[in-house]
Amino acid sequence: MASFSTTATLDEPQVSRGKDGGAPPIFGGGGDGRPGRRLPDYPTRLRRARLGLLVALTPVFMLFVSFTSAYVVRQGLPTLDPRTNQLVHDWIPVKLPALLLVNTVVLLLSSVGMELARRQSKFAAAAATTKSPQGVPANAEGSTPWLAMTIALGLLFLFGQWMAWKQLAANGFYVATTPSSSFVYLLTGAHAVHLMGGVLALLVAGLFVALQRSVTTRSIVVDVTGWYWHFMAALWVYILCLLEFAG
Amino acid sequence: MVSHDAHAHAAPQGFIRKWVFSLDHKVIGLQYFFLALAAVLTGMFLSLLMRIHLVWPNASLPFFGEIKPETYLSLLTMHGTIMVFFVLTTAPQGGFGNYFLPIQIGAPDMAFPVLNMLSFWTTFLGFLVLIAAFFVTGGAPLHGWTGYAPLSALPSAGPGEGLGADLWIISIAIFCIGALMGALNFITTTLDMRAKGMTLMRMPLTCWAWFITAILGLLAFGVLLSAGILLLMDRNLGTSFFVPLGTVNGVLTGHKGGSPLLWQHLFWFFGHPEVYIAILPAMGLCSQLLSVFSRKPIFGYKAMVYAILSIGFLGFMVWGHHMFMSGMSPYSAFAFSIMTMGIGVPSAIKTFNWLGTLWRGKIRFSSPMLFAIGFVSLFVVGGISGPFLAQPVLDIYLHETYFVIAHFHLIMGVASIFGIFAATYYWFPKMFGRMMNEPLAKAHFWLTFIGAYAIFMPMHYYGMAAGLRRYSQGTEVAWINALAPVQKFISIAAFVTIASQLIFVINLFWSMKKGEKAADNPWEATTLEWITATPPPHDNFGGVTPVVHNGPYEYSVPGTSKDFVMQTDAAVEAKH
Repeated sequence: MASFSTTATLDEPQVSRGKDGGAPPIFGGGGDGRPGRRLPDYPTRLRRARLGLLVALTPVFMLFVSFTSAYVVRQGLPTLDPRTNQLVHDWIPVKLPALLLVNTVVLLLSSVGMELARRQSKFAAAAATTKSPQGVPANAEGSTPWLAMTIALGLLFLFGQWMAWKQLAANGFYVATTPSSSFVYLLTGAHAVHLMGGVLALLVAGLFVALQRSVTTRSIVVDVTGWYWHFMAALWVYILCLLEFAG
Repeated sequence: MVSHDAHAHAAPQGFIRKWVFSLDHKVIGLQYFFLALAAVLTGMFLSLLMRIHLVWPNASLPFFGEIKPETYLSLLTMHGTIMVFFVLTTAPQGGFGNYFLPIQIGAPDMAFPVLNMLSFWTTFLGFLVLIAAFFVTGGAPLHGWTGYAPLSALPSAGPGEGLGADLWIISIAIFCIGALMGALNFITTTLDMRAKGMTLMRMPLTCWAWFITAILGLLAFGVLLSAGILLLMDRNLGTSFFVPLGTVNGVLTGHKGGSPLLWQHLFWFFGHPEVYIAILPAMGLCSQLLSVFSRKPIFGYKAMVYAILSIGFLGFMVWGHHMFMSGMSPYSAFAFSIMTMGIGVPSAIKTFNWLGTLWRGKIRFSSPMLFAIGFVSLFVVGGISGPFLAQPVLDIYLHETYFVIAHFHLIMGVASIFGIFAATYYWFPKMFGRMMNEPLAKAHFWLTFIGAYAIFMPMHYYGMAAGLRRYSQGTEVAWINALAPVQKFISIAAFVTIASQLIFVINLFWSMKKGEKAADNPWEATTLEWITATPPPHDNFGGVTPVVHNGPYEYSVPGTSKDFVMQTDAAVEAKH
């Protein structure tokens, strides 16, 4: 019976600190993962990938901070009405389609599916690393249904967002109609592009099973994408609040 | 040393995998280096055309004909963009950082080699897209490297503001993505892949500088990307983020309510840290070289680290000093002014420590050292005009003059370029296994050093005498025309300085083939790149990984047989 004692290490991987007493780091790139190459051990790769993700989320965060600051500034700007020669505000609040609430529920559900897939995948990797270096293919597929569910819900969310855009257009709000509608399209569009990246990563992770790739590499991709996915879900809730309550 | 046998990717065999789509950080570093070399030659050529035009505005040049005012503005825009993004950001960080950060911390590669490869090819694509702007209808954009709206936001605003401006924005966006991928690798590698014993406070100052520069890039490029997206939307989707109500040639643009100042805020929130992205690696490198060639420990290592951190932090607080002319509240201007002058404190600490390192050192005036000392000189002279410009009341007078051009060229341009030259002369033996020709290197140094001052010192005076920047021709304005002899002097100095760069290019390529074979540690330096073979093997340390016992600047340690102690030298540690 495989022991899951290594999960303690998996839960809290420590960043290498170069201390005298520490174990020598085991080297190698985490983004490669080609078969036949010798990679560092699983905790090291997982730690490195998670650190990489944390760093990678920083510019995404900055991107939306920047959009938010533009949103706040643009909202307060007056413009000259050439007909009356008066300064007026051209910010017309957009009535957001109710469909966005449904989409929010879909995305939050997908985040739950993602978390289940991430945990399943991590257990499979733990079993693989403690039992044999070749991995345990049977366990590797445990997370597949959850992954499939996440991908399906993710695609459903993106489709829902597209439908919301159609509804906005049907109500007369196009990209350039009013600055507020410009921001609705900008923020939802930028979020959708980022989520598509997550869907793509999950499809790659799903393909790993079909391609008989290492269970640990798959677990790392699923783990990192999982955290990314949760970030995207939280970001979406933030965007919705910004558009609804600060619009 | 301890042995290790895990390296993520085996040494590639084929030409394509080895030299084109390589995962090896050293090859990627060289790719960045040569991209920056191509870019700097292009940017320098554009400046040559501008300098010719400023002195002989009606001259007809072979292949170009007469340079029109709008062509001058295109040259200005492309010169600035190429130099800032594809030279000053690319060479010190992408080039030398990629090559030497992993080796100096004892790692066999970057944390994510595939991402590293992608970051280079993304940057390369960005360069191609930028150059393509020259060849599309209307030519390259006119809006300067700062891309101020509404000029940059309206395709009808002038020749070059059509497809050329779109390509310019797309190029910058692509560059941002490449730079962010690079920053991700630098940060993760520094935090997670240091060798045993390589504590943060044992890292060479070069590594500290690359690390902090990567953090600055991580925070700044996302903001520039967002501004670029908004600008593209204004240009192509009819939105009004940056464009107020107005007309071009009497025709309403169709935009209203946008704010050009919003662009300036977003741009300069990126733009000021960008100055430090360009200069910090050079600071780290010159700290390193002053210690190596003075045969003394760096004066105040910790102070240097904290100064880099403070400069990086303050760099995000001062963007408003680029906008004193925009009508900002005097209270905001005051705050930005105080913060800007505050950067003088860590800068002065660094300068003091550089001089302290030189003091009573056994100085070896090799070519890398000459360029490092040249850097300090240029940093001080270029930096001293910073506190002038940091005061709104002076900036209002000087802002539109050549004084600003002289200031930022000395501190951000030439000083950083001296860092790049110093790095090239210093690490060339490790990268190519041969030494560069020293007499040629010294000739290159003196001509460039004197040339830089000959160009930019008169430019300060030209600016103080109200010589206005961005004007393609001064002959029709009496007071500017009266300053023409100064412009002529600057141009001639520029021609000589540009010509002397050929010495460097010839030396570089000649030495690759014919230079004297280099020893593994020709400069008798202590850091990890000098313990390995020249050039380093695929995994950097030939199947072993170093264990670090000492700091990076153990020179002239009492009681040792040599005047330097390698970072891996365990026997000497016991004597400390």
